[in-house]
Amino acid sequence: MSDVSLLGVSRWYGNVVAVNDVTMTLRPGVTGLLGPNGAGKTTVLHMMAGFLAPSRGTVTIDGEPTWRNPAVYKRLGLVSEREAVHDFLTAREFLQVSARLHRLPDPEAAAQRALELVEMTGAQDRRIGTYSKGMRQRTRVAGALVHDPQVLLLDEPFNGMDPRQRLHMMELLHRLGTAGRTILFSSHILEEVEQVSGTVQVIVAGRLAASGDYRAIRRLMSNRPHVFAIHSTDDRRLAVALMGQGSVTGVEIDRAGLTVRAGDYGSFTRALPKIALAEGIRVRQLLPSDESLESVFSYLVEA
Amino acid sequence: MVPQTIAWITARGLFGRRRFLLLIPLPLLVVGLAVLSRGFGVAPENWAQPVLVGLGLAVVLPVIALIVGTGVLGSEIDDGTIVHILTKPLPRWQIVLPKLVVATAVTTVTVSISLYVAGVLAHSVRLGLGLALAGLVGSLVYSALFLAMSLLTRRPVLLGLVYVLVWEGLLGNFVSGTRVLSVQQYVLTIADKIAPTGLLQSKVSLPVAIIMSAIFAVGFTVLAIDRLRSFSVAGETS
Repeated sequence: MSDVSLLGVSRWYGNVVAVNDVTMTLRPGVTGLLGPNGAGKTTVLHMMAGFLAPSRGTVTIDGEPTWRNPAVYKRLGLVSEREAVHDFLTAREFLQVSARLHRLPDPEAAAQRALELVEMTGAQDRRIGTYSKGMRQRTRVAGALVHDPQVLLLDEPFNGMDPRQRLHMMELLHRLGTAGRTILFSSHILEEVEQVSGTVQVIVAGRLAASGDYRAIRRLMSNRPHVFAIHSTDDRRLAVALMGQGSVTGVEIDRAGLTVRAGDYGSFTRALPKIALAEGIRVRQLLPSDESLESVFSYLVEA
Repeated sequence: MVPQTIAWITARGLFGRRRFLLLIPLPLLVVGLAVLSRGFGVAPENWAQPVLVGLGLAVVLPVIALIVGTGVLGSEIDDGTIVHILTKPLPRWQIVLPKLVVATAVTTVTVSISLYVAGVLAHSVRLGLGLALAGLVGSLVYSALFLAMSLLTRRPVLLGLVYVLVWEGLLGNFVSGTRVLSVQQYVLTIADKIAPTGLLQSKVSLPVAIIMSAIFAVGFTVLAIDRLRSFSVAGETS
């Protein structure tokens, strides 16, 4: 079990501040690093991976600094955004080279295990130069996993993967996270983060905008209206009753049902069952319709 | 196992790139000119200097060292594959030294054989051996220099060419003080002292050549190791 810690980390290039006073701790499990393009995700990942010195603050893995400290790679695997792999090698050769450079006792077995992990055994003896984008990506992931690291950092890992490969990669990350590995992957695509991890670190314009379980983050932002889609046995009567509630800021009614805007998540969700019970209405469906990461994210960016 | 693995992947990368083909014609040109001169019975005094020094030591050796020396590390930095090598728990000297050995070996084999043949044709086996040995020293020093340049600048080939053509080629002829910092002059002196034939005109003393070669080779290797330790990957700025 390993922790990755950033303490008061800033990074600037000349006058441009790329990362501004970020403090976060990654614990075992899968964490999504989320933010729009140019927010500083890659800079944060590179500092965690020891490929960039923080201008201020410290970046450590289990208390050891990552910068100018190659020993951390015993515990760390990195899948960078750039696709480059040694094209002239086959996947198997590439993984055996990686395993040898890690000084693993049985490089062939380690390479084989990593290939199986990413389902690349079928093409293992073809040159990487002949691979599709998704296959190269999986080969790179295998390369980062060959020494079974405690910490795995992935920069936009789902880029270029087809839906099946994406699903497989998500399962793999899930599995590794559940097995106690500390996994961080960056993404600007919200569904990816939503599907793989409940924990997010949101970076906007170089600052850590939010951190923690994304549903909890959403609830904390109680000043934003929450939107719910409701289906009941009597939508119109329920709408009237709901309008009497202080926590409800608006109700729309159409053929599809009710769309309710609530100012406060907690009091609305507590009040709804009581109202329905009192009115004798049966609620068939209650969907928080903007609970997707997309909306969390756009609120944070706007704020 | 680690040094062999680094050397193996470096050599595979080097020979797999098309620009490696550039290495072939230049040494052939040296041998070809030497064979022609000898064949037509031209006196060695008339062709040894331009072919052995003007072409062999001043152009072929540094240019091939430049192509190879920037190829062993610079190409990996350019295409980003260096990240796969750097994310391993290896002290950085274990990455730099095998690459330096590969660069030196490939340059030496490519250059010294042609220098040896041309030296034998010009004068004697001794001159051939002198040139080949000096070529080995030159390969090592240039390789260390160009390998370090790959880490100091994003345009190592350009900077290397400026050093070879402007500093050594141009200034070396007119400003005598620049010769103390010219690898070409060290190589020339070493060859001339091993085989004093009168065909090569060395301009720096042997101790200067040996000491400066050692300083260049060790200094730039240490510099390369240190720079690789602090190797940064710039973040996306888009």
